[in-house]
Amino acid sequence: MNIVVCVKQTPDTAATVTVQDGKVSWGDAPLVINPWDEFAVEQALRTKEAHGGKVTALSLGPEAAKEALKHALAMGCDEAVLVSDPAISAPDSLVVSTVLAAAIAKLGEVDLVFFGRQAVDSDTGLTGAQVARRLGWPSLSLAAAVTALDPGAKTITVARMLDEGRQEVKAPLPAVVSVTKEICEPRYPSFMGIRKASKAPIPVWSLAEIGISAAPQSVLTWPEVFAPPKIETQCEIVAGDSAVAKAAALAARLIEEKVI
Amino acid sequence: MEFSLTSEQLMVQRMVRDFAQKEAAPRIKELDRDQRADPGLIQRMGALGLLGICLPVRYGGQGLDYISLGLVCEELEYVDSSLRVVLSVHLGLNSLGLLQWGSEAQKLRYLVPQATGEKVAGFALTEPGAGSDVAGLASTARPVDGGYQLQGEKTWISLAGLADHVLWFARTATEAADPHQALTAFILETDRPGVQRGDLHGKLGIRAGSTGWLACDQVFVPVENRLGEEGEGFRIAMACLDGGRYTVASGAAGLIRACLDASVRYAQERRVFGKPLAEVQLIEQKIAGMAQAHAIARLLYLQAGWMKNQGLRNTRETSMAKWYATEAAFACASQAVQVHGAYGYSDEYDVERFLRNARGAMIYEGTSEIHTLIQAGYALGARVDTPLRCELPAYDPAVWSAPGSD
Repeated sequence: MNIVVCVKQTPDTAATVTVQDGKVSWGDAPLVINPWDEFAVEQALRTKEAHGGKVTALSLGPEAAKEALKHALAMGCDEAVLVSDPAISAPDSLVVSTVLAAAIAKLGEVDLVFFGRQAVDSDTGLTGAQVARRLGWPSLSLAAAVTALDPGAKTITVARMLDEGRQEVKAPLPAVVSVTKEICEPRYPSFMGIRKASKAPIPVWSLAEIGISAAPQSVLTWPEVFAPPKIETQCEIVAGDSAVAKAAALAARLIEEKVI
Repeated sequence: MEFSLTSEQLMVQRMVRDFAQKEAAPRIKELDRDQRADPGLIQRMGALGLLGICLPVRYGGQGLDYISLGLVCEELEYVDSSLRVVLSVHLGLNSLGLLQWGSEAQKLRYLVPQATGEKVAGFALTEPGAGSDVAGLASTARPVDGGYQLQGEKTWISLAGLADHVLWFARTATEAADPHQALTAFILETDRPGVQRGDLHGKLGIRAGSTGWLACDQVFVPVENRLGEEGEGFRIAMACLDGGRYTVASGAAGLIRACLDASVRYAQERRVFGKPLAEVQLIEQKIAGMAQAHAIARLLYLQAGWMKNQGLRNTRETSMAKWYATEAAFACASQAVQVHGAYGYSDEYDVERFLRNARGAMIYEGTSEIHTLIQAGYALGARVDTPLRCELPAYDPAVWSAPGSD
């Protein structure tokens, strides 16, 4: 099977987010592979291990995003490709999906594309579905398990994790699958993988190389960015002679504060 | 001068951090309370390649450099000293000793299964009557037909109860004029007839680690098990300590960082006199001191690791790194307890364990007093390193990553 896994480089989730001059800052927090994407990489690797083929990690971002791809290579991906072009800046998911879909098309006969459910920085969770739409392939989002995969018949069945419960859906391949953390436990990069990844050539494709002549423009803008107001918490002990009196006093306070 | 870590080293650091946090951290408190080592954790470290991280691929290792070994130790001891001790004895003291002094046949037979974690290795130097006074060992190795007969007892041996192989040091020349010429090193398989061993309990710290004793009663080892030449044991032991002390130094840097992070977290949460503890100058002073200690400890061990990569003799620098970092770790752990107040005195928080764990490293792998003497010796010109018959090979990425001939 020819499998692609799309990864994004994001700030470490341990980073402290601040807003300075209308811009979000992660400080000097290290940049890492989006944690959700580690589950996608793991699922891609398991699919290859079960059915053969190869896994290509794909990312859109600046040169530094190669580090996220190296992490995917160190986990065991066979190849990695970075799409990077100075014409792209602050892309929204519509731009990202346009670029990734074009890059996937250039990769040839792809059977399956995996995404993490969302990125920890922008948190939209839209890119996978948008890529599927642009490629004209089925989108299987929020997959918590791949319950069946038949490369011969070219079908995949996944269990989706929804608020209402689990939903089994079956689709023909090629398909785009975005995964939740219930699907698997990502492996650590192996040391052999780390050595190979640090030396692996990672081709960088420009927009022209994936057949995009005019850089797509973001429609999403951020007219105002501000830090959420700091919540001041105060502790108040509700007094009373008995449990009933305490409960009554508590209820009175909650009504007064318009909580109930 | 290059101060940044390579992307390879950064990936190693992150991987080990993840492993230690996910798989070891949740269990350490319980293991420490029970004074119990978990062989499963060692197996897991072996399966992940940690036990052979800086050994060449052709000897079953992972082909990474000596700086990566230091980074691994820092991350492991950030969680608990017992994890780092495994690397100290298995890899730092034993396996690097085999890499430096072993014949090709010995490397293939012993180093390969150690690098993969299939066999666990230890280092049996200290005796009930001889610690710092290495030349005063009482264990003997008597030449017999085809090999040697070992007799004697070793104590305070990490992984004694778990090790499959240990480096065993014994006196071969009882009448030697220079006691430093009297010792010989052996690779001892612990399943040889006549080997007995047991665990020690009641330790102040590193209670989640295995420590014990080993005794040899008329144990035969063939001549192929001799490491290096007869009479070379003292030099081999000292060279092995250059490996072991490096892991202790880098681990202590991790312990300091753990004290710093715990203190910063607590000082920002805890309020006193109407303000966060972190805004009390006397507390700030303690935290600044920990940050300073970590920076110094880290630079010192990275320097020693860089020298190992270059193939430069680093006995002096490694001793300096170990001496400084272990003393600083104990001081920082004590200050971290102070920052936490009464909570720090309870095992509800980690810092009391850090304090107990830090104390041992001022005794093992060269007491602080021995390191003081070593540094005085170098500074005063009384101590000069002479070339060794076998030097620890410099890190060469091409050689390290080359696959074995088979």
